[in-house]
Order: sequence, then structure tokens, then C-alpha cells
Amino acid sequence: MPTTATYPDPVVRRVEVTAARVAATEDATAAVEVKIATEHVSIQYGDKVAVRDVSLTVQDRSILALIGPSGSGKSTFLRCFNRMNDLIPGAVVRGEVCLDGENVMDPDVSVVELRRRVGMVFQRPNPFPMSIYENVAYGPRRRGQHDKRKLDELVETSLKRAALWDEVKDDLRRKSGLALSGGQQQRLCIARVLATDPEVILMDEPASALDPVSTLRIEELMRELREAYTIVIVTHNMQQAARVSDVTAFFTMADDRAGYLVEVGPTGRIFTRPNESLTEDYISGRFG
Amino acid sequence: MTSPASQTLGRSGGPKQSLRGKSSRGSILADRAATTVLWGTGVLVLAILGSIIAHFALAAWGVVSPGFILGDPSSSALGGILPVLWNSIYMLVLTMLIAVPVGVLGGIYMSEYAGDNAVTTAIRFAEEAISSVPSIVVGLFGLILFVDDAHWGFTALAGALALTFFNLPLMTRLSEQALRAVPQDERSASLALGATKWQTIRHVVLPLAIPGLITGVILTAGRVFGEAAVLLFTSGIGTPPHYNFANFDLTSPASPWSPFRPATTLSVYIYKLNSEGLGAFKNQIVDGSAAILIAMVLLFNLGARLVGRVLTRRLTAA
Repeated sequence: MPTTATYPDPVVRRVEVTAARVAATEDATAAVEVKIATEHVSIQYGDKVAVRDVSLTVQDRSILALIGPSGSGKSTFLRCFNRMNDLIPGAVVRGEVCLDGENVMDPDVSVVELRRRVGMVFQRPNPFPMSIYENVAYGPRRRGQHDKRKLDELVETSLKRAALWDEVKDDLRRKSGLALSGGQQQRLCIARVLATDPEVILMDEPASALDPVSTLRIEELMRELREAYTIVIVTHNMQQAARVSDVTAFFTMADDRAGYLVEVGPTGRIFTRPNESLTEDYISGRFG
Repeated sequence: MTSPASQTLGRSGGPKQSLRGKSSRGSILADRAATTVLWGTGVLVLAILGSIIAHFALAAWGVVSPGFILGDPSSSALGGILPVLWNSIYMLVLTMLIAVPVGVLGGIYMSEYAGDNAVTTAIRFAEEAISSVPSIVVGLFGLILFVDDAHWGFTALAGALALTFFNLPLMTRLSEQALRAVPQDERSASLALGATKWQTIRHVVLPLAIPGLITGVILTAGRVFGEAAVLLFTSGIGTPPHYNFANFDLTSPASPWSPFRPATTLSVYIYKLNSEGLGAFKNQIVDGSAAILIAMVLLFNLGARLVGRVLTRRLTAA
């Protein structure tokens, strides 16, 4: 198969492992719960349609990767899960985005509560210019948690889960979040999200600004977090999608430059036997 | 990748140019000229500032003494400037108490809440219009509104309110700019963590904007310290009496703490002495007062920066 030949060995192995696990998961369909479901989601900015008619589901405690060329609307689509598109003047989202069966697009949904349950990690690490401790405590504090002992505990567990504790435990309060390396900053941003006790974590190209070693650490972390959280990641890096995700959705652009979903399926299958030739062209590097 | 384009990649083999080519001589001359002019402008600015400070420092030598700073105008032949110095500081604090909160809130509205629409266009137009109104006209307006119509007479409060009119547009504009300069990323990060808009402004945007806000406060304060025209018609021009600082009765016009009393400031005092004064030591008093005024502005500048640094640290760490 020409597709797999373009990947180095370890990746192929990982893909096979992933595929095997997804197959196992599919056997136990009854036990799998749908965490997020989108129905005919279209997003436009003014006259420009960015995303057209996307319907897909994300299983609880799985990793969905959104891949596709620049401008195919992956990030825009990701940002409708926590309604960050609300912040962009002129952005209109149509269709339904359901979290545990509840449409988050309903006008009476509290975005504050939604964003606590659906956390987000951005492309560029963006810790606040505050101490490491204050960065992690930010979310809980804003929700009225001021008990010092509970905050201490929360900061410690969040940093441990984000695999950053050992590196920063000695100067939690003295060191600014900005004084950390890029990879550490991104793990701090993940810890900051974990401290708000989310159910879903959105990651918009979380490793694209990082060096390869830091990238691998983030990927390992994502695999660990998958045990407890549902993760949706946008990535330009197909190997990353192949390494970390359970399910991959491939987006591309139509002739009128609107992004749409070409196909979605278990990562192993998408990278080895895609149904669509567009997908195959993209993952084999012939396009995009 | 074997497209034809890849074959044209790499250096084209044209004739090599000497590193000492003549073609760049014109641009090198222009570069040098620009460097000289810009450097000269910088030196000129420094020289002006330096000569002002040097002039008054020299002129005030022998005039400025603890007795001059802490004495009443009538305390000796030379006199002192304590009451007018006090009034300058008093007016500064009073004006800032009004102008800073209103200016910062206005800046928050303009930067975080108002979109680009007819209302904000009108507000921006008003900001610029008021800023370009001559200060003597603002003083006249204060005279009509507060001194005459409201029957307050010449009072510190009338002066502070007139100064607020004069400074609010600048304070609002500078606050808006300081807030806008905070990267959008920081706001997104906070909102994505489930913080409300106001929490985001209060805990992320404002702390990060503090250096810019402090700049606004310093520029505004400099104008308050130095302003004479607005105050001539509002807070009065009379030589102040002896102040009893132990009198904290805010309703008594004799209390130096009361906003309802005439309050001639240092700048107004300089103007008055220089244009009307007849005393033998008139010029010495003017020079000494000017030196103190400059020193106060510089001190305030440094102090505000220090406060800004402490504020930033406290707001971002609590």
C-alpha cells in the first residue's frame, strides 16, 4: 500500500495498534457513549462560508483528530464546541452542537458553564503573565474557589496530571508562567484547563509551535488524558494524528473555499484504507 | 517533487557584483543624512529639557530652602510657597480622584464593550474636539457653570471639575489604547477557562494594561500641575492665607482640606507674580517656584511608575 510506505516504521506500528483498539471498541458499541454530536453545522463570517454542513460524533474518552489543509475550517469547527466563535463579530453558526445530548447553541445555555466543561488549549502557548500557581488557580478562583488548601491541592493535582509538577514544584509562586520553556508553557496551559475540571478538551494545533521533544511529551500526555477526558485536536501534522487519535476526520475546501467534511472514521482505517480518493491524496502528500 | 519549478531553484549565474559597487553610494549618503538628522533631533530635545532644568536649577540656587518650601508667602521678605504648593498637590489629587476612575471606565467601555458604530464615532470626535479646545475657554466654561451659576465661587472643586473636563478625553483615549494593546490571546485564554467578560477585564486585561494606564495618569497629571489658564477663572488667583493643617472641618472654607475654598496653585501663583507682582524678590520667588514645579513633576513621574510596578505585581499575583 503506497500510503503507509511514506511513514517511518514507529508510526505504522502505532497506527496498527490504534486500529486494533478501535476495532475492539467497535465490538463493544453498546458501552460507548456519544460525548459530542454535531448536526449539520455550518459557520460563516459575513458572506464567507467557512464550514459547511458538518455532522459527526465524538465518543466519550476518545481522541478525535481534525486534519486537512489550511483554510478547510478545522479550527473554526473546533471553536464551535465551546462557542469561542461567539467572540468573532459577524460569525454565524447554524445547526446543532450537542454535548451529552444538550444543544450548546441554545441561547439560554451559559457559555461560562459550557467553557468550564469544554476546555481549550491554543496553538500558541498563552499562559498569563502571572506565577505558575496563579495560572493554574485562575479558573477555580473565577468560579469562587478561594479556600487556600483546596486551591493548593487542585494546583498540585492539575500540574501532576499535566506532567509538569516535578519540573516546577519548587518555584510555583515565584516563577512566572512566561519564564517556562515553550513545551512547559503548553503543559501549564493544559494544567490550567484541567484545574477547571472539564469533560472535553479542545486542542487547536497544540504542538505546532513546539520542538519535536516537547511535541512528543504533549502527545504522550494526550494519550494519558484520554483515560479521563474526551479530546478533540486540530493538527496539520498527519503523523501526530496517526499517533494519538482514535478517530480522524478529514476536512477540505470546496471550490467556493468553504470547508467541509470529506470523511470520518477510525484513524487506522483513514490512514490505510480511506474511502475517498481526496483523503488518500491528502494523506499521501499529493495535495494540501 | 520533480516539478519544473524545482530546476530553476538555486542561484542564477549572472555576473558577480563587486562589494564596493558605486550603485549604493546615493543610498549610503541618504542613510547617513537620515542618521545625522534623527540623532540631531534627539540631541535637540535633550538639550531643551536640559537647559530648562539647568536654568531654573541655577536661578533657584540660594532661593530654594526648607523655609522657602515650608513657609507662607508673608512669612519673610522672600516668602514661602507652602500654601500654593499644597494647593497644587491638592488639586492634582482631587482631579485624579475624578478623572482617573471615569477615564479608565470610559476606556474600558471604548475598548471592550463599544463596537465601531455611530456612538463611538461621536465619542471619539468629542474626545478630539474637547482636547483641542483652548484651556482658557475651558476655564471660562468652568467659571460660568460652577463659579457663577452654581454659586460655588472660586473653589478647588470648581477647578478640579474644569480640569477634569480638560483632561478626561485624553485620559479616556490613553486608557482605551492601553487596554487595546493587551493581546487578544490573553482574553481568549481567560474566556475559554469559563471566566466572564468582566472577570476577564478585571483579572487579566486591567493588570496587563497598568503600564499604559500609568502613562496616561502621568501625562494627565503633568497637565494638571502645569495648567494655569483653566484655574485662573475657577479655583482663584488670590494669594492664599496661612493654612491651619489641623483644621479638618471640610465644610469650613478656612480648612486647607476643604474642596469648597479658593485654591491658588503653584502655576497660577507663578503667572500672577510674574505679571502683577511688585515685590523686590519677585523674580527670585518665580524662579524658585518654577524649580519646585519642575521637581514635583519629575518626582510624580517617578512615583507613578513605582506605584505602577507594585500594582502590576499585586494584581497579577492575587
